Amino acid sequence: MQVPILKQGPYLIATVQSALTDADMMQLRDALVAQVGQHRARGVIIDVTALDVMDSFAAGTLQDVAHMARLRGAETVIVGIQPDVAFAMVHMGLTLEGVATSLDLEAGLAHLDLSTGVSSHR
Amino acid sequence: MTFVELEDGTKPTSAALMRQVVSHLTENRTRLREEWARRIGEAQLLTAMTREEIFAEATLIYDSYVDAIATRTLETLEAYAQDLSERTVPRGVETHEVLGMVLLLRDVLARSLFAKYQSDSELLDRVLDAYEPAANAIAITVAAGFVRERERVIREQQEAIRELSTPVLRVRERLLILPIIGAIDPLRARQLTEQLLRGIRAHRAKVVVIDITGVAAIDASVANHLVLTVEAARLLGARVIVTGLSPEIAQTLVKIGVDLRKMSTVGDLEGGIEEAEHLLGYTVVPTAKPAPA
Repeated sequence: MQVPILKQGPYLIATVQSALTDADMMQLRDALVAQVGQHRARGVIIDVTALDVMDSFAAGTLQDVAHMARLRGAETVIVGIQPDVAFAMVHMGLTLEGVATSLDLEAGLAHLDLSTGVSSHR
Repeated sequence: MTFVELEDGTKPTSAALMRQVVSHLTENRTRLREEWARRIGEAQLLTAMTREEIFAEATLIYDSYVDAIATRTLETLEAYAQDLSERTVPRGVETHEVLGMVLLLRDVLARSLFAKYQSDSELLDRVLDAYEPAANAIAITVAAGFVRERERVIREQQEAIRELSTPVLRVRERLLILPIIGAIDPLRARQLTEQLLRGIRAHRAKVVVIDITGVAAIDASVANHLVLTVEAARLLGARVIVTGLSPEIAQTLVKIGVDLRKMSTVGDLEGGIEEAEHLLGYTVVPTAKPAPA
């Protein structure tokens, strides 16, 4: 299942709507990194509110997205990790080292506004 | 053997024997009860109760005891055991006291039967055969009832402590405080994490101050759990500041090799709240100079 990527001002927003296979995950990664260049995006938000499980491949890929996007000039925030998912993740050692996280989309946008110094509400 | 009622000329049945035992116990009620109460005093059981209370209790137990033997049902006794437990558990009566008391009664009654039938050892055997299973069943019923009641009280108290023990408080918009007091066991640690993560979602918190001034020491597994909690909170987009670490806890954290870049710590709660306010962009300004003391 493909993940829709929306452009919102200087940011890209990808909302994961159901569990993703490893192939879907890699496709999302490639699409996001390509679109950062196309749209000259300054920030990427990946919303995982709908996920009730996150395995090591998914966490690793999200981390890759964040690092690759940073090399292409955009800051990444993962938003909407559920409390149970968060605790299961840290138990497995998946702490998304070096990746910004926020409670939800709103908090993620606020975080990007602050860290990139631009505003999404233009 | 004038007191043995022989049924159709043969040996008495065990039911007939029990009837005899019951009438013996009923006839000698006052003497045996006093003997029993005296033995309870000697054995220093039920020290939480006065002599009069013990005697009153002894009377009640004696009568339900005889009733249980006579009717061969434990229903009255079960109800009594429940009632006894409800009255004595809150007064700190111990299991060994209740069990010891019932076993003493069993002993007192067996001795009186022994004295009564000692001239005929065969009959004595049969009387004891009939009496002892009933007496054992009674002891088990009372002891089990008592233990059940105690466990119920303990469960209720644990529940109450657990509910009281982990408040998540909102101090300002987006700032939560989680004061932890008392020992943290693995069960409580799990509960703390759950409450904290749910609290972060519910209050949309960005910063959480966990104050562990009231915790004397934690073991390595709880310390690890604390670190996991801090990281899980970060995945929800909240920063955690831990305050009030005792020297012992600091030592435990260093020993298990906690990565201190992942966990911010501040000396006391006041410092922790100041740090949190700073992170959230608040400045607290006094509106007037404090009045001279």
